[in-house]
Amino acid sequence: MAGSGTAARLLPYLQVAPLALILGVFLVVPILTLVVVSFFDYDSVRIIPDFVWTNYAEVLLSAVTWRTYAKTVWFAALVWAITLFIGFWVAYFLAFHVRSRTVQTALFLLCTIPFWTSNIIRMISWVPFLGRNGLLNQALLGLGAIDRPLEFLLFSDFAVVLAFVHLYTLFMVVPIFNTMMRIDRRLVEAAVDAGANAWQVLTNVIIPLSKPGIAIGSIFVVVLVMGDFITVRLMSGGQSASVGLMIYNQISLLQYPAAAANAVVLLAIVLLMVGAILRVVDIRREL
Amino acid sequence: MTDDHADRPARPASATRRRLLGAAAGAALGSGAVTGFPTLWAQNIRNVTLRQFGTGVSALNPIAEQVKKDLGFTLSMTALDTDAVTQRAVTQPRSYDIADIEYFVCKKVWPAGVLQPLEVKKIALYDKIVPIFTTGKLTPESPIAQGTAPHTVSFVESKGATAFAPHPTEWMTLIPTIYNADTLGIRPDLVGRPIRNWKDLVDPAFKGKASILNIPGIGIMDAAMVMESLGTLRYGDKGNMTRAEIDRTIAFLIEQKRAGQFRAFWKTFDESVNLMASGEVVIQSMWSPAVTAVKTRGIPCVYQPLAEGYRAWGGGLGVAKHLSGLQLDAAYEYINWYLSGWCGAYLNRQGYYSAVLDTAKRHMSENEWGYWMEGKPAAADIMGPDGKLLDKAGSVRDGGSFTDRMGKVACWNSVMNEDRYMVQKWNEFIAA
Repeated sequence: MAGSGTAARLLPYLQVAPLALILGVFLVVPILTLVVVSFFDYDSVRIIPDFVWTNYAEVLLSAVTWRTYAKTVWFAALVWAITLFIGFWVAYFLAFHVRSRTVQTALFLLCTIPFWTSNIIRMISWVPFLGRNGLLNQALLGLGAIDRPLEFLLFSDFAVVLAFVHLYTLFMVVPIFNTMMRIDRRLVEAAVDAGANAWQVLTNVIIPLSKPGIAIGSIFVVVLVMGDFITVRLMSGGQSASVGLMIYNQISLLQYPAAAANAVVLLAIVLLMVGAILRVVDIRREL
Repeated sequence: MTDDHADRPARPASATRRRLLGAAAGAALGSGAVTGFPTLWAQNIRNVTLRQFGTGVSALNPIAEQVKKDLGFTLSMTALDTDAVTQRAVTQPRSYDIADIEYFVCKKVWPAGVLQPLEVKKIALYDKIVPIFTTGKLTPESPIAQGTAPHTVSFVESKGATAFAPHPTEWMTLIPTIYNADTLGIRPDLVGRPIRNWKDLVDPAFKGKASILNIPGIGIMDAAMVMESLGTLRYGDKGNMTRAEIDRTIAFLIEQKRAGQFRAFWKTFDESVNLMASGEVVIQSMWSPAVTAVKTRGIPCVYQPLAEGYRAWGGGLGVAKHLSGLQLDAAYEYINWYLSGWCGAYLNRQGYYSAVLDTAKRHMSENEWGYWMEGKPAAADIMGPDGKLLDKAGSVRDGGSFTDRMGKVACWNSVMNEDRYMVQKWNEFIAA
């Protein structure tokens, strides 16, 4: 009897063991390594095991870091606002305006078609379009709308934000669409019966009930933009900085401890942002 | 591991041993046994695969194909950008057999102890290698340029040494393969005036149409050439700046960036080609084959010689420490083959220079040799490596002959003592 009691107590541990093992080996250990390495010293080729604060001092006390973080957060905020606006309305259209299930699915699949190509291809394809002698400038020049090419279109913050929005809007559409599909239509009917106009239905029924989807989409977009390096590098022509790019530069110059310190700081900030989002919206409630 | 043990007893006696080896090498060369293709080894060399990695400039598949044809074994190539090459060389020494790295990268990588030096006596054409890589002097009178000149990191005293020897020894770190003199590339149809100096890169006339490369160690050197050309700063050694010099150079770059001088910064070969070919940029730091690539698209592009001289670079083949036995023999075969002519001709035809000129000459037509190496007008059309028209009959190579170009090197790509500080400041420039 005692033996089977122990077994019964051990069983749940056994059941969580595989997941715990995977998370332990592939998440906890790497992150701990990252933290440990962030205290190491380094020279131009070697990493020297040590316990120094210089990496953090260099990250936190440098004006460049702060400017870069500010820039990255600014990119994240701008991209978040734009993708939320577009994503919400696309999802709204799909969920409430398209009646037929088949059309809904077809349109939804249409949204995902760009994802059949790689991220980088989708990004690069903007280059010939937006360039000084690109399609857009040539078209506008041909129409006589402008008399000299618009230079801000490519290798600028505009190009970076445009590419981000293009790449990440779907991450907003999917979760919002998902939660909207779960909204009980009778609630909308009840609201209308109670005298609510379209605007009131939207603000009092649909938006509050879509919050978990909005929160999940926001987490996706914010996390992706905060950690990005390749979009910023390619679309700004290397002229703009982001935290991810800063880390990438440090890694490529073998400054692993500095990169690790930077990554730890970035991780802390992103976790705070995600925590803040979860604070505002209880995503579990509606899942 | 077994190799290391085998080497250890040999080290204390290295001084006498080296003298012996030197004599042996001399004898080998004297006997005229320089064919480049010894046939001593067994058929099983065909099963050998050597994994080589390097920058896009020299990771060329036709070379691998020719190796298969001439030597029988397989050479697999991986192309990475300059920074990634350094990283891979140091952090993943087991992932490659042959490191195709630049001399300034060698200065960084060698102390990490991931490569083994090559025995000079086994390099058949050692005596024919262009002296830039051995004594540092192209001709006995040439001055030695600033920066990490290749000969300063070409030799070590013994097999296990991590410090460089200041003079030629019996152990070479890298066998030179490919080098060139870099300058600015321009679009002659779009700049609208003659370009003569490095300072033209920051001429306000080219606002928003200039680019500089975003590889800190090289980019800062181009910036230094510009600063000296403007007369704002004279460096003690452009390849080894002081903190104050780095500060002033970066401040200058930031000022230029804020003023909107630069359209973009490029990091890889193809980025520089696209910037130039699309007309986004009309003047920029550039590599010779990138100019060639723009020209073969039928777009005019000139590799403009400038009054202040060139910034040069060179690369070579190093052998990973773990290589031994048959694989090591194959590596020596490959290296000897590299210097034996076909490859040199192939590289010369792309606008690079090869380490042994005599053998390359035999694989090139008189017209090709005249155009690429002697600065003569082409007697017939010059074709690119892909068979497309590169330059019409009558045209002359930008910058002229080999001695005109390599004799006007102002500095070599380098690693500075203040490397870490410089990289931090460079990141500030990119983030500014």
